[in-house]
Amino acid sequence: MGEKFKPSRRAFLRGSAAAAAGTVAGTAAAQGPDPLITELQDWASYTGAGVDETPYGMPISFESHVVRRNVEWLTASPISSINFTPIHALDGTITPQGCAFERHHSGAIELRKEDYRLMVNGLVDRPLVFTYDDLERFPRENHVYFCECAANTGMEWAGAQLNGVQFTHGMIHNMEYTGIPLRTLLREAGADISPDKWVYVEGADASSNGRSIPMEKALDDVLVAFKANGEALRMEHGYPVRLVVPGWEGNMWVKWLRRIEVTDVAVESREETSKYTDVYEDGTARKWTWVMDAKSVITSPSPQMPIKHGAGPLVISGLAWSGHGQITRVDVSKDGGITWETARLGKQGDTKALTRFYLDTQWDGKPMLLQARAMDETGYVQPTKDQLREQRGENAVYHNNCIQTWYVSAEGIAENVETS
Amino acid sequence: MSKPLSQIFLPAIGGTALMLAVAVVVAERNYGDNQIATLERQVVQVSERAEKARATGQAEAARVGELEAEIAEIQAAAALRVATGSNLTAPAPEAEGAYGLGRAALVEEIAAWDVDVLPDGRGLPEGKGDVWTGEEVFADRCASCHGDFAEGVDNWPVLAGGFDTLGDEDPVKTVGSYWPHLSTAWDYISRSMPFGEAGTLTADETYAIVAYILYSNDLVDEDFELNHENFADFNMYNMDGFVIDDRPDLEYAAWRSEPCMENCKDEVKITMRSVFLVETPPEGGSNSVMNHAAGEELPSFTAAGPSFIPEGAKATQAVAQDTAAPAALADDGADLIADGQKVFKKCAACHKVGEGAKNASGPQLNGIVGRTIGGVEGFKYSKVFQAALEEGRVWDEAALTEFLAKPKSYMKGTKMAFSGLKKETDLTAVIAYLASLGE
Repeated sequence: MGEKFKPSRRAFLRGSAAAAAGTVAGTAAAQGPDPLITELQDWASYTGAGVDETPYGMPISFESHVVRRNVEWLTASPISSINFTPIHALDGTITPQGCAFERHHSGAIELRKEDYRLMVNGLVDRPLVFTYDDLERFPRENHVYFCECAANTGMEWAGAQLNGVQFTHGMIHNMEYTGIPLRTLLREAGADISPDKWVYVEGADASSNGRSIPMEKALDDVLVAFKANGEALRMEHGYPVRLVVPGWEGNMWVKWLRRIEVTDVAVESREETSKYTDVYEDGTARKWTWVMDAKSVITSPSPQMPIKHGAGPLVISGLAWSGHGQITRVDVSKDGGITWETARLGKQGDTKALTRFYLDTQWDGKPMLLQARAMDETGYVQPTKDQLREQRGENAVYHNNCIQTWYVSAEGIAENVETS
Repeated sequence: MSKPLSQIFLPAIGGTALMLAVAVVVAERNYGDNQIATLERQVVQVSERAEKARATGQAEAARVGELEAEIAEIQAAAALRVATGSNLTAPAPEAEGAYGLGRAALVEEIAAWDVDVLPDGRGLPEGKGDVWTGEEVFADRCASCHGDFAEGVDNWPVLAGGFDTLGDEDPVKTVGSYWPHLSTAWDYISRSMPFGEAGTLTADETYAIVAYILYSNDLVDEDFELNHENFADFNMYNMDGFVIDDRPDLEYAAWRSEPCMENCKDEVKITMRSVFLVETPPEGGSNSVMNHAAGEELPSFTAAGPSFIPEGAKATQAVAQDTAAPAALADDGADLIADGQKVFKKCAACHKVGEGAKNASGPQLNGIVGRTIGGVEGFKYSKVFQAALEEGRVWDEAALTEFLAKPKSYMKGTKMAFSGLKKETDLTAVIAYLASLGE
């Protein structure tokens, strides 16, 4: 098997010295030859890990800080709680399942495929029960969609609260799903699909989270999914089967999906009345706020991603998305919204999926107020926090899609702020 | 089967001789006239052939043009399909009852799973429960998280009160003040409560709990009984408090417009800095700490840039650091402990363990094995635990095994709502896990 590479203390010290030298390596002339280049390194001499060392690979240890994290004081118990995707440290658009945010109402359960049953009942000609194997025999589709918790950025209604884009905007992930259109299963059971009907979906876990979906949406793009990013759903994302409700709030994406019921009214379950509704200043509340409006945020620089390289070329990068369709444009401001520049999209955005944007710029080393502003295919322009508050007051919790501001100091340190 | 060569050659030779003979006769008769006539005929024939060839050529050229155009068209279409992505993808085919997959759901199966209750009360089972029964059941099954008076313990939901606060800065959204339908309470309690023991309440217990929650909200009198017949008549306080999503009218109409790109504001000031800095320790999770720099002044901005450049800004940054993987447990007991840790998920909603674990709705369990029963400071124990403390009883493995198998019979009157671990392997594992925890 050969001798395995292990980083030695000697190598570590040498690496540190090289890193220090690296700070000036960007200029035209290095002060002296870089030992990382001129000296034989352990990794260039000893052999590395064998092929089956890690049958299912984890990120390299140097990246072990890139993990989902919770904010303990937000909820009573980690079992009915949420954590946050490390979006500050990711690029591109696909979220790896292992660091995609989790939200459970009674914990993540272990449900074997063999024990899995899916019932379709209610206003149908043929109430049916499917096994997991049955589902794999229906024609299936592949789509990339974002899933955003309605409470994403919810802590920020009252003001700048948490210093980190992971915590202000990390209740989101974006995966490629493989699944069956919900309409296929509805039609298989001979459902009454008239437009005034509803489809109630329910999970198999102890919370039996249930939501009512209007028939029009159920027939449109909802998927009964069993794979994400090519592999089986992870336990925390609803293994073996979850619902995917493109562009609509994450709570409706029922995990461990066990039942689909066609009804003539909305069930008005706990999660669609007492939760996921917003109270306005006059005390009235808005319900059935399903769509996630267009939103964007700069992921780097951000509080967890300070600028370490000083003035000069700077890549400002971020994410944009809309529950109404494609992102068509993202503008970036470096002065708190006085002047805007249109950013470059990494690639043309998929509908209801994350779009990556870049502003390739020169930083003059002076403080900045960074903002991003998304536009979607309907022409909707992401609002400011003030515009939202004017409409909805400050008591709302959900659906905060305001423009986020990062103050970046001359030292490159970024902080969550609010502006006039 | 080919013909003999003689059969081919002999007629050919005969034909040639005949032609030569005719030619000699014609030449002798009138050579000049004939030659002219022949030439004229030939001219006509050649012209006709040339004309024909020209026409054929033209037709073929036209056909080539057509084919080339056709090819170009196909190529262009292919290029367009590649460019726009509208290639061979298509939605999954579908049809009414087309696949014949799955099997008929049985009546018993539908009855077991289809238990949701609609706002008009459809789906409710027969049954009843009064406030007094509800108070007892609530104290036994719900109060450890929601409080004896539905006031909520710690961060757990408050179920009562909050009337006339919905327009306040911090609205108190309870079953009484906020929930628009009573069916929601019945449905949720019946299917999802108690937390950690969902689905174990009887219909009568559920009616009783709902009756008690209404009573603790002052919405019914103490002699009230809720049942499947009077259920639908009950109108909730906030039944008219909801409007259906009106963002399309109020927001989309106004916010679908070309945005400003230059000189959009004269000056921008920072009005608030982050309340918390969030540390991201290598072991995971996060620590929110007050942002003490929040009072320091930061520049305002105009089109000319920042008003000043603060020197050595103190804002702390939470930069994640690389972390070493925690040392794996190497001893033989590791598997059992790991199994126990999984079983402990059933307990973790109420009991905390690990460094700095605090009492929650149950006492913290560090060092529980060998600890005096009822001995955690600051936890309000039930009478049976207080008595055990006075007697000096200790949680040894035997006592824990018996208690965790049937909590309510081993410690009669315990506040712990958990009904017990049925599997002996789970008991052994969870106790091994608890024993592995430090003080």
